[in-house]
Amino acid sequence: MSSLRLFTNGFWRENAAMVLLLGMCPTLAVTTSAFNGMGMGLATLVVLLGSNVVISAIAGFIPKKVRIPSYIVVIATLVTLVDMFMAAYAQDLHASLGLFIPLIVVNCIILGRAEAFASRNGIGPSILDALGMGLGFTTTLFLLGGVREILGNGTLTVFEYKETVIRYLVFSPESVSPILVMILAPGAFITLGFFIALKNYIDGARST
Amino acid sequence: MEPRSFTVSYAPHVHDGSSTRRIMWSVFGALVPAAAVAVYAFGLDALRVMLLSTILCVAMEGVALLIMRRDPAACLDGSAALTGFLLGLTLPAGLSNGIIVVGAFVAVIVAKQVFGGLGHNPFNPALTSRVFLLIAFPKQLTTWPVPRGLEDIKEYMGLAVTRTTDAVTSATPLAAIKEHAQRAMPNIQLNDLFFGVHTPGSIGEISALALLLGAAFLLYRRIITWHVPVATLATVAVLGGLTHLANPAKYADPVFHLFAGGLFIGAFFMATDYVTAPVWPLGKIIYGVGIGLLTMVIRLWGGYPEGISFAILLMNAATPLLDRYTVPTPFGSRKPDKAAPGQAGGES
Repeated sequence: MSSLRLFTNGFWRENAAMVLLLGMCPTLAVTTSAFNGMGMGLATLVVLLGSNVVISAIAGFIPKKVRIPSYIVVIATLVTLVDMFMAAYAQDLHASLGLFIPLIVVNCIILGRAEAFASRNGIGPSILDALGMGLGFTTTLFLLGGVREILGNGTLTVFEYKETVIRYLVFSPESVSPILVMILAPGAFITLGFFIALKNYIDGARST
Repeated sequence: MEPRSFTVSYAPHVHDGSSTRRIMWSVFGALVPAAAVAVYAFGLDALRVMLLSTILCVAMEGVALLIMRRDPAACLDGSAALTGFLLGLTLPAGLSNGIIVVGAFVAVIVAKQVFGGLGHNPFNPALTSRVFLLIAFPKQLTTWPVPRGLEDIKEYMGLAVTRTTDAVTSATPLAAIKEHAQRAMPNIQLNDLFFGVHTPGSIGEISALALLLGAAFLLYRRIITWHVPVATLATVAVLGGLTHLANPAKYADPVFHLFAGGLFIGAFFMATDYVTAPVWPLGKIIYGVGIGLLTMVIRLWGGYPEGISFAILLMNAATPLLDRYTVPTPFGSRKPDKAAPGQAGGES
């Protein structure tokens, strides 16, 4: 597989959220705003990058029977690091993502890439794979969060750090009432369903 | 050799001439009395909600069929129109047009066409949409205009003075009971619930009389069977009676529970939906009892004053299971048949 194809794999063909349907817990739970989705995606990306690098480097030493616990130890260490860094430098985002940051440990994307890709490939391809998968996941979460935020709250939050807030008002809640359910759990399922349908529709149209 | 003079075909061999189109329009017709009472009670606003919802549902079904490269003429089979009409009947009069557009989209696209269209939807489309709207727009969906009789129409025709204040809104009887049981109970007149022209509520639920007329027509034409409605109403009556006996000061009497809210329209017109209800008699009875039970649990102890919509949707989810385990033993067979055939609405 060419390097470019390896990188773009995670964006479309094997998009973690829309095709592999991995990492559903953060995908559905924290995409209440575009920025939350992006923050979650980036946190996952950092952990994925670290774990892919470390695991592809040490895969040769790990006995087959204990590989999953070993991977989890590596992933948990990285998640703890990310958790502490976010608590220190991005407190608001850390507070709004809450429990879902520690839960990255059990995110199937990371363990899945470790088992299916990093443990069988060198460090270079593993980095590309992690970047593609992580950025593809981040993009999907960002779009998912954006759609839900616009429909459910009437705003689009692109960036939020301390005093710097980039938030667009799509429509004012006074004139048009937002569809509250879209930022609740059912809205996440419905939006993701339509995302997948749209992707399949585009794929179908391209293949014919 | 002579050509074969008989046709080999699968069952059914006897057909009563009914069709989807005919059944759907019969149910549509059976709901017309309720709609007429609503227009009398709420005025042209009720007519606007019902018309808009019906037209939008049919149009969206047509568009969805076009996108999926199916025959768009199928949107006129009456099922989309019925979904839209039922949706309109479950909404409060005076709802804004934008919310009705969202409602029609959820009913036809999200709840029906996404699953494969008529016959494949696991949940009743009109009710799915109503519950979606209730969660999405809690304030608008619980703003109930007080019926004003013929004032609106008179006003429209220039026979009455234009009102100076905005439409007055009020709580539904069920909401009143939920919030302050002792004070509300003596104020609610049974004949108001029966005729419905003075009771606030969803467009189609206010008049028990009109709904019972429509239901009698459907039962007479054998479009619906008695199992689901009777099981639902009996369960509500029994539970209402038991709780009323236990604490008459806190719980309303069973007659009130039967006539208030959307129980009749739900039990006769929505729970009996062919696609989402079980097909076997025993399954229908269990399904009806479940609906009654859940409705009363939500009404008496839940967060919402009315629970029939949630109850029907929850029992819709149980339909495939009920279809599987309540297959009747055919006459003459020795052992209960283990392999249960998949039935309509039971696609899993």
